[in-house]
Amino acid sequence: MFKIIAKEKLTPVIDCLRVEAPALAKKAKAGQFVIIRVDEVGERIPLTLADWDAKEGTITLVAMEVGTSTRKLGLLKAGDMLTNLVGPLGLPSDIEKFGTVICVGGGVGIAPIHPIARSLRQAGNKVISIIGARNKDLLFWEDKMKKVSDELIVTTDDGSYAAKGLVTEPLKAKLEGGKIDRVIAIGPAVMMKFCSITTKPFNVPTIVSLNSIMVDGTGMCGCCRISVGGKTKFACVDGPDFDGHQVDWNIAFDRQKVYLKEEKESLDKWESCQCSK
Amino acid sequence: MEEKPKSKINLNRVEMPRQDPKVRAHNYKEVALGYTDEMVKEEASRCIQCPKRMCVSGCPVNVDIPEFIKAVREGDMPEAVKILKSKNALPAICGRVCPQETQCEAVCTLAKKNAPIAIGRIERYVADWDLGNKEKRSPTELPPPTGKKVAVIGSGPAGLVCAADLAKLGHKVTMYEALHTAGGVLMYGIPEFRLPKKVVQAEVDYVKSLGVDVQLDSVMGKLATVDELLANKFDAVFLGTGAGLPMFLDIPGENLNGVYSANEFLTRVNLMKAYLFPDYDTPIKIGKKVAVIGGGNVAMDSARCALRLGADEVYIVYRRSRTELPARHEEVENAEEEGIIFKFLTNPKQIIGDDKSWVKSMECFEMELGEPDASGRRRPVVKPGSEFIIDVDVVVVALGTTPNPLIPSTTKGLDITKHGTVVADEQTGKTVKDRVWAGGDVVTGAATVISAMGAGKRAAASIDAFLKK
Repeated sequence: MFKIIAKEKLTPVIDCLRVEAPALAKKAKAGQFVIIRVDEVGERIPLTLADWDAKEGTITLVAMEVGTSTRKLGLLKAGDMLTNLVGPLGLPSDIEKFGTVICVGGGVGIAPIHPIARSLRQAGNKVISIIGARNKDLLFWEDKMKKVSDELIVTTDDGSYAAKGLVTEPLKAKLEGGKIDRVIAIGPAVMMKFCSITTKPFNVPTIVSLNSIMVDGTGMCGCCRISVGGKTKFACVDGPDFDGHQVDWNIAFDRQKVYLKEEKESLDKWESCQCSK
Repeated sequence: MEEKPKSKINLNRVEMPRQDPKVRAHNYKEVALGYTDEMVKEEASRCIQCPKRMCVSGCPVNVDIPEFIKAVREGDMPEAVKILKSKNALPAICGRVCPQETQCEAVCTLAKKNAPIAIGRIERYVADWDLGNKEKRSPTELPPPTGKKVAVIGSGPAGLVCAADLAKLGHKVTMYEALHTAGGVLMYGIPEFRLPKKVVQAEVDYVKSLGVDVQLDSVMGKLATVDELLANKFDAVFLGTGAGLPMFLDIPGENLNGVYSANEFLTRVNLMKAYLFPDYDTPIKIGKKVAVIGGGNVAMDSARCALRLGADEVYIVYRRSRTELPARHEEVENAEEEGIIFKFLTNPKQIIGDDKSWVKSMECFEMELGEPDASGRRRPVVKPGSEFIIDVDVVVVALGTTPNPLIPSTTKGLDITKHGTVVADEQTGKTVKDRVWAGGDVVTGAATVISAMGAGKRAAASIDAFLKK
């Protein structure tokens, strides 16, 4: 059992939890993820690390409430326990001095891009960050991102805050404006795909972080397999970072939809149980 | 008092009652129901207590089989338990999943008459009696603590036995498990109807009762490396990390929706209890027509789970013939009785998807058997132009597993084979790395529960000898 030290709602549907996990916090690196189980009947779900504090012995997780597990997570308060927490899993992001890098965070992907931007800046890179959300209410961590970036650009799809448009627009403008050595994009799969398409003509190495459906998260089941450069890879142990230009996005999209029907059934059941409580 | 064997040898092996196939194909209750008191006495009485004791050498952990059977015959269950458990820490598990027909029972004197003593069934009876009569157990006497600390990585059969033996010798053992439940393949792999999870849990609890500290949710190699364990706290490390990495066929269509590795399929069903969805949150796709590729025990388990989930038809697709099936005969028979359809001499060419990327069929070759290969089995050869289509909506790939590279890739100084297994001395489990032992599937590649237990046991003895130096 892992104690939740603090919990806040970043937006009405995005939760931020600080969890006690000293051994894990000591080993965590940018780009890695954990697997959690909210209760004894819960699924094992992967969440990319949003932050950690080795001294304090805590890690920070950010999740958007979309299904049964994340809805349950949203109900937990400081002092409550997470039933299971395992990590750090996956390979850390490549952090070295590349030159000028662009970190793109879309929606809940702003959380995992944050430690990567911070590490890249600490490694001596010039970091340009672009964060975007569907609307103002879904945007978070603008201040935290500002602190770890040399330049921060904010977009909302509907223009309810900052620049109206998708993250790919300022991304393209920046690529046209000067030499960019690397792009890291984290967010919804469709956003990562279009970021990769945007950077391709400029030949800029582009890294995406795939949040596939997983069970064990240690290479045991192959549930998270994807195709990269024509080869089958496991997101949990070969990733989660991959070359966005090599990812077969069609397979990635299809495999995310395997349990759509069951996910709805599970959520409907959970909601009706919550109502009768 | 020595009972003389009856002059006429009884060749009527006592059958163990099983659930009706039509009923059990729709439930997860144990298939084999176990002997009654009368049955076990009758079967135990058939043992002629021959002096050759071939059964003992046929057992990977050398259980004193004639002695415990004699105790059963005499109705002295506590004595039978004592004899059994002195060599085998997990008899309730072995009595269910050991391939006795190729081990102790294969070399039984009565096997020549096609009526070997049903050693496994008697073992199961004794172990279940023990689990049901815990209050009659005399507590295991532990020696004073030696002050030595051992880390056991992996809580499957090898790790459990190694940990139990070391704890009984007075060493302080910490056992690390990556998943949220201890037991390894016994929990995530072998289904409830073959090995009830409460039996596994009881055996894990027994190991804990010996003072073993079980740390769940701990992926070693990530949370701490073997070198860190050795540097910080532990005098020795045992690697019992198993063979957890699934093999795929590398054919077109393998990433379609509806294609599972057997590991994923079984983990969802057994560990995550997807068969109880939506009461448990983890879903699984329930196919109408399911093809399981492979012919081992894992393939049988997958096929029988698919049937219990509610599939209309389940096929075992195997490239050789019935004779070469690597699965236990008993499990093949169980699967057939339940209605699993065997497609022998059949090998997949590709898996075909619909316009939404879901499996809709599988194209297969017919095979024929050629010359024997390195394994001594006749090599299956494709019959040219024999392609045919079977309609399926779920495919489970059960071709075997290889060791997880997490530990090998993060531990300096281990000797790793090209198959990814860790090189260790067969007798002692000692690796080439100082203070590190290994045993079970991580050394041998995917094998049996009992061989892993044997390796855990031998390693524990070797570690103990080292710690006492």
